[in-house]
Amino acid sequence: MVANQDWMSTTEPILSDDLLDAIRVYFPKYPTRRAVVLPALHTVQERLGYVPAQAVVEIAELLELHPSEVQDTLSFYGFFKQDKPLGKVRIWVCRSISCSARGGEDLLEYLCEKLGIRPGETTEDGLFSLEFAECLGACDFAPAMLAGSELIGDLTREKIDAFVDRVRGDT
Amino acid sequence: MAEFEPVLLANVGKDNSHTLKAYEAVGGYRALRETLKDKSPDDLITTVRASNLRGRGGAGFPTGLKWSFLPDDHPGPVYLCVNADESEPGTFCNRVLLEEDPHQVLEGTILSSFATRASTAYVYLRYEYPKSLARLQAAIDECYGAGYLGKNVLGTDFSLDVYVHRGAAAYVCGEETGLIESLEGKRAWPRIKPPFPAVEGLFRKPTVVNNVETMACVKHIVDRGPEWFKSIGTPADPHNPRDPGSYGPKLYQVSGHVNRPGVYEAPLGLPCRELVDRFAGGVWKGRKVKAVVPGGLSTGLLAADQLDTPLDFDGPVQAGCLGLGTAGAIVLDETYPIIDFLYNSCRFFAHESCGQCTPCREGTHWALSMVERIKAGRGRLKDLELLGEIGDSIGIIPGTTICGLADGAAWPIKTALAKFRDELEDYVKQTNPAGYADIQPAIAMPAMTTH
Ligand SMILES: Cc1cc2nc3c(=O)[nH]c(=O)nc-3n(C[C@H](O)[C@H](O)[C@H](O)COP(=O)(O)O)c2cc1C
Ligand code: SF4
Ligand code: FES
Repeated sequence: MVANQDWMSTTEPILSDDLLDAIRVYFPKYPTRRAVVLPALHTVQERLGYVPAQAVVEIAELLELHPSEVQDTLSFYGFFKQDKPLGKVRIWVCRSISCSARGGEDLLEYLCEKLGIRPGETTEDGLFSLEFAECLGACDFAPAMLAGSELIGDLTREKIDAFVDRVRGDT
Repeated sequence: MAEFEPVLLANVGKDNSHTLKAYEAVGGYRALRETLKDKSPDDLITTVRASNLRGRGGAGFPTGLKWSFLPDDHPGPVYLCVNADESEPGTFCNRVLLEEDPHQVLEGTILSSFATRASTAYVYLRYEYPKSLARLQAAIDECYGAGYLGKNVLGTDFSLDVYVHRGAAAYVCGEETGLIESLEGKRAWPRIKPPFPAVEGLFRKPTVVNNVETMACVKHIVDRGPEWFKSIGTPADPHNPRDPGSYGPKLYQVSGHVNRPGVYEAPLGLPCRELVDRFAGGVWKGRKVKAVVPGGLSTGLLAADQLDTPLDFDGPVQAGCLGLGTAGAIVLDETYPIIDFLYNSCRFFAHESCGQCTPCREGTHWALSMVERIKAGRGRLKDLELLGEIGDSIGIIPGTTICGLADGAAWPIKTALAKFRDELEDYVKQTNPAGYADIQPAIAMPAMTTH
């Protein structure tokens, strides 16, 4: 892959040995390397906050794929960020029917205004990334949001305020 | 009739219900031990076939029959995929099972792997279930420690590995061949069938895809026998030899405008009204029902006068809906505008269409644009006809698309138009008094909702 080598000669490797090892852990679980693409993308995004183009090239090399194959999979899911790292907490606010019918979309708007960003963006202090979500599978707690790995249900403006204060206070 | 005792939810709410210790204390893994003593995979398939269990993932396909499509002379490996993508709006019972009683799901998975001769099972888990991930992975680890998983399960020559594979927030990954493509590391583009997964599935090997709740049912069928299972639910129609009936317990979910949203277990066939009034405590704020989505957004709408519909596999079909779907009921109260429902639904499916089939990709987006325009007060009566055309022309049933997502997009449109036409026409007339009768082509509005 001559083209890659050219590119790599001007760019420092971005995936540490440690990170590569964390991806290799998945190898025995699948009969093909390609099946490791999603676990690899998750691992990289969890550690680096995003999956820049250089990481795609290095994942491809590790999995013996063409970078375009990794990029193709990555781009299918609106889930992986490539331009810059996500904030410390990624917040998903559900906008699907059960949440929307109980005020979820107003709360999403409230959070947008409070943080000064639109869905898909990250606050300048690097604390929050905001996303809308389709049904989070938590309609019994509608309106619901998932903040990192914390599900916050029966959402209200007060709960949003308390959550934002808590994250800001932690830092 | 004696009060029905929950089976699938029996352990939920008990202390440490997610642990191996608690699960074994209530007879957990007894069915597996008994099976591995003297039963063959074919015995198990016979048992599950005799129970008439139908898959809980949405389509209601008979599970034993699906398993019997696997070739019997294949050198292997065979794969089992447990579908835990659970992304159909209104659906959350898999989450409850995985968080509160993952061993029940795992025992069903191990038994099903034994029956299908699978040597590896992947649980395809949606990304947004971090607690399920933690609990399920811990349960898997416990199983390896206890000899229920790994090489030579309980000292027999049956070996099985179970791995969790995390999704990345795409609804179409729940479609069984989209799931397979996604697991293989590709974009989740559903495959044209045939070949069906049983013949050529994951990594081009024979594969079974089953829902989480289906797995839990398998455990109880093996434990208590198919006759027990068939004593619950709606019997098959004796006049229709092809009707497999709707047997067994079912996890009903109810959300939206009710007092007690949640997951409730009842025999298949629970009337919609009972789910709303008895289990969910009725409509919130003392209001009345306007409409109920019977089984996840895809299934469309039941009108207020259809609440006696039994929620078994056939009931919602008879009431003009797609089907029972996931049995995730969504209640909309009398004040909720149907145009808002349509908008939310069209936006969901336009966002989730994988883009592979033109009728689905274009149809869902055009439907959204039109509904957006109607909602914004620039609708015409003609738009309702055009919407109806989209509803009737996209999907597997008319034969224009590869997967069922497009049918799911169509039914909310079709049922809203069929059952709430007056309200929609009134809305158009009132919000666009000057232009509602126009028939000239309308200018599209800029899409506001792309990701
Ligand atoms: C767009 C779409 C999404 C689906 N999502 C799910 C899902 O999240 N979980 C699920 O079990 N089945 C889902 N299904 C149904 C699966 O294709 C498949 O029928 C099911 O997993 C089979 O399991 P069962 O036989 O146990 O019901 C979906 C189908 C379609 C068309
Ligand atoms: S019907 Fe829609 S979601 Fe399904 S394969 Fe076609 S474009 Fe994709
Ligand atoms: S609709 Fe919001 S969690 Fe299901």
